[in-house]
Amino acid sequence: MAGKLLEGIRVIDVTVWFTGPLTTQALADCGAEVIRLGTRSRTQGNVSGGRAINKKSITLNFQHPKGLELAHKLVARSDIVVENHAAGTLTRRGLGYNDLRKVKPDIIYLSTCMQGQTGPYSSHAAFGGMLTSLSGFSQIAGWPGEEPISVGAYTDFVAPRFHVISIMGALEYRRRTGKGQYLDASQNEGGMQLMTPLILDYTANYRVAESMGNKCAYAAPYDVFPCIGMDAWCAIAVFTDEEWRSLCLVIGAPALAEDSRFATLLARKEHEAELDKLVGEWTRTREAVDVMNMLQAAGVAAGLVETNEYQMESDPHLKARKYFYEVVGPDGKMQRGNPGVQFTLSKTPFPERRLGSEIGEDNDSVFKEILGLSDADIAELIREKVID
Amino acid sequence: MVNKDESMLGSYRVLDLADEKGLLCGRILGDMGADVVKVEKPGGDPARSIGPFYHDEPHPEKSLFWFALNTSKRGITLDIETTDGRELFKELVKTTDFVIESFQPGYLDKLGLGYSELEIINPGVILVSITGFGQTGPYKDWKTADIVAWAMGGEMLVWGKTDRPPLRISHHSQAYLHAGADGVIGALNALYQRSSSGEGQQVDISILESVVEVDTTNRLSAWQQRKQVARRGGEGRAGAANHVSRRMYRCKDGWLSWSYRANPATFPSKPLVKWLEDEGASTPYVSSFDFNRPDFAQIPQDEWDQLEEPTAKFFMTKTKAEILDGAVKYGVMLYPVSTTADMMGNPQLTARSFWKQVPHPELNDSITYPGPFVIASESPVTISRRAPLIGEHNNEIYEGELGISRNKLAILKQAGII
Repeated sequence: MAGKLLEGIRVIDVTVWFTGPLTTQALADCGAEVIRLGTRSRTQGNVSGGRAINKKSITLNFQHPKGLELAHKLVARSDIVVENHAAGTLTRRGLGYNDLRKVKPDIIYLSTCMQGQTGPYSSHAAFGGMLTSLSGFSQIAGWPGEEPISVGAYTDFVAPRFHVISIMGALEYRRRTGKGQYLDASQNEGGMQLMTPLILDYTANYRVAESMGNKCAYAAPYDVFPCIGMDAWCAIAVFTDEEWRSLCLVIGAPALAEDSRFATLLARKEHEAELDKLVGEWTRTREAVDVMNMLQAAGVAAGLVETNEYQMESDPHLKARKYFYEVVGPDGKMQRGNPGVQFTLSKTPFPERRLGSEIGEDNDSVFKEILGLSDADIAELIREKVID
Repeated sequence: MVNKDESMLGSYRVLDLADEKGLLCGRILGDMGADVVKVEKPGGDPARSIGPFYHDEPHPEKSLFWFALNTSKRGITLDIETTDGRELFKELVKTTDFVIESFQPGYLDKLGLGYSELEIINPGVILVSITGFGQTGPYKDWKTADIVAWAMGGEMLVWGKTDRPPLRISHHSQAYLHAGADGVIGALNALYQRSSSGEGQQVDISILESVVEVDTTNRLSAWQQRKQVARRGGEGRAGAANHVSRRMYRCKDGWLSWSYRANPATFPSKPLVKWLEDEGASTPYVSSFDFNRPDFAQIPQDEWDQLEEPTAKFFMTKTKAEILDGAVKYGVMLYPVSTTADMMGNPQLTARSFWKQVPHPELNDSITYPGPFVIASESPVTISRRAPLIGEHNNEIYEGELGISRNKLAILKQAGII
């Protein structure tokens, strides 16, 4: 059977911004039926930007008792609920896990927020752009002794991966045992998973990790090097003496391979500034793409610093792998984006993509087909601003 | 230790052949309850030589990097390049659900251990392949490195300062950890599919693609929607503005992340002003500032400074811990720049019992590890054991589970196969 991966799994999506929508996007990419639940006045995020692909959308004011009742009925016919509001928000509105498990005992319910659902800081709301500092990444991004560098909303792209893993694990557990569960995900704790080696360096050695620019403790040269053009660079990483000898041949300086200043890793680390200058003199007069191709052909890890334009329009490898998808936008023009999950399977294809529904676009089909309402019921609910 | 039946993946077995690039994948599956067997070359995996090291003693059994990425795994040694080694591996594959590997594409095929062979031995097996560029495409045989992944992935061009080279995040490879997590997502999707089809398949993870997904400044939509090439603007030039605004402020014992230069509706500044006022640190300019003014981006620098300077002065009177506490109390969307030391003092993490003590008896010590990525009410995710020593479970697995005699094991050991 070559069905869609998560075909038949229904997800109620009560999320906004990034981490929540990216989580449900991964499920939607794999074929789950994701229904975004919101109202016209409450932000659901818009359909562009690749976070609503293949998702349905209904508008339901669950602060109205009838709206809440309908939301419960919908959850009773669903498998997964995902929400990313500040801790306690949905519980206050009657859509918490303990409310929903009463109508659907095996529901899998994931709540994600900055610092988790329990504890003194649970209700604090913020964004990934700041959380990235709390989780430790800003401290290790930058040049030694200088101010920390913002690496944007980094944790927004770490946390969703752990959310999806948690949900998939819970689905497997439910398949075996019939039990649903509550998943309390702190984006800070998810982010810190990627800091583990440095956390152990503190807990075992009391060493506080600092930024070290682009350098790597066990490789040299290891940096980005300037190439022809404005802000054009190529990354080069040499780990072994063999790779170093290959690099020397590529840059037309075989004698350098025997130079005692650079012949071994220890020597290269000791003379790294000199080494970087030398490599930079060679790259400076060349196109970044040529530097990359020449070095990779010789077995040395290298890669140009890609612009978003190069990546989406030119990168031959991503093109060959058909990495970016195309969907028809609301204006009839093609929109491109990257997939919500980063894997491919040898046997099971992903479902076709379409742009996600506009707010409320699926009201009719969801309320009729899933909840069994009539046209008259729906008209009445619209009049009462329950469907809003 | 969690009863295997009560964990998410307690009924599954994993053979983990991966190096540095894929170690996190097996760790996560192990923490979710799977029986993960790390398969190392005799003498140990090269990743054991990556630091930092316990008490700074470089030794294959003291790599903290290794400890961090191999919890909840058992360990055996096996040279799959030898004929006997391959046969042993095939025996193991018969009872396994997942194989994780990160060799160059085609390497396992050459050994006769590619997916098409494994599938014959065990039709349900799921092969997770984590490589620099994936199993297909013109760069599939290229080498990668963390800095190469972030360079080609596009993020380096937007990280750093405008007058400095593009930047990556320091230390161990972040790129490989994203890919390892993606390996788990692929593996669990393949498992879900197997529950109806009965068949396994190969999961293809490209580290490059795992990193392209990390789009911390919306660089992909900047090109797609506005045809704008996104570059570094670490000093706060988010969009066109008549002033430079800070993203990082100094405080008493370090730094914190705060910015007034953003949509005021999404980053409410009013709670911060209230905090300044309560502590007598505000000025008439700050207190009367209209955060909804339509010319927000056009404010000239000298005027903008009247907003930032009193704020910067106020932050200098606070420690990072006080900043975090105040941010929560006043509802200000800011956070201190935590060091690994600061994390240990974060009261929220303590209240959630985040830190876990993991015994390392051979070091006569126990080490504090970060806890799970999720608190699951029915099937906890947890560290079930510390990382394996080299060949720690050879006897347990080869003799105890495969039923290989001690004599044979002695021969295999002398031949350098295990």
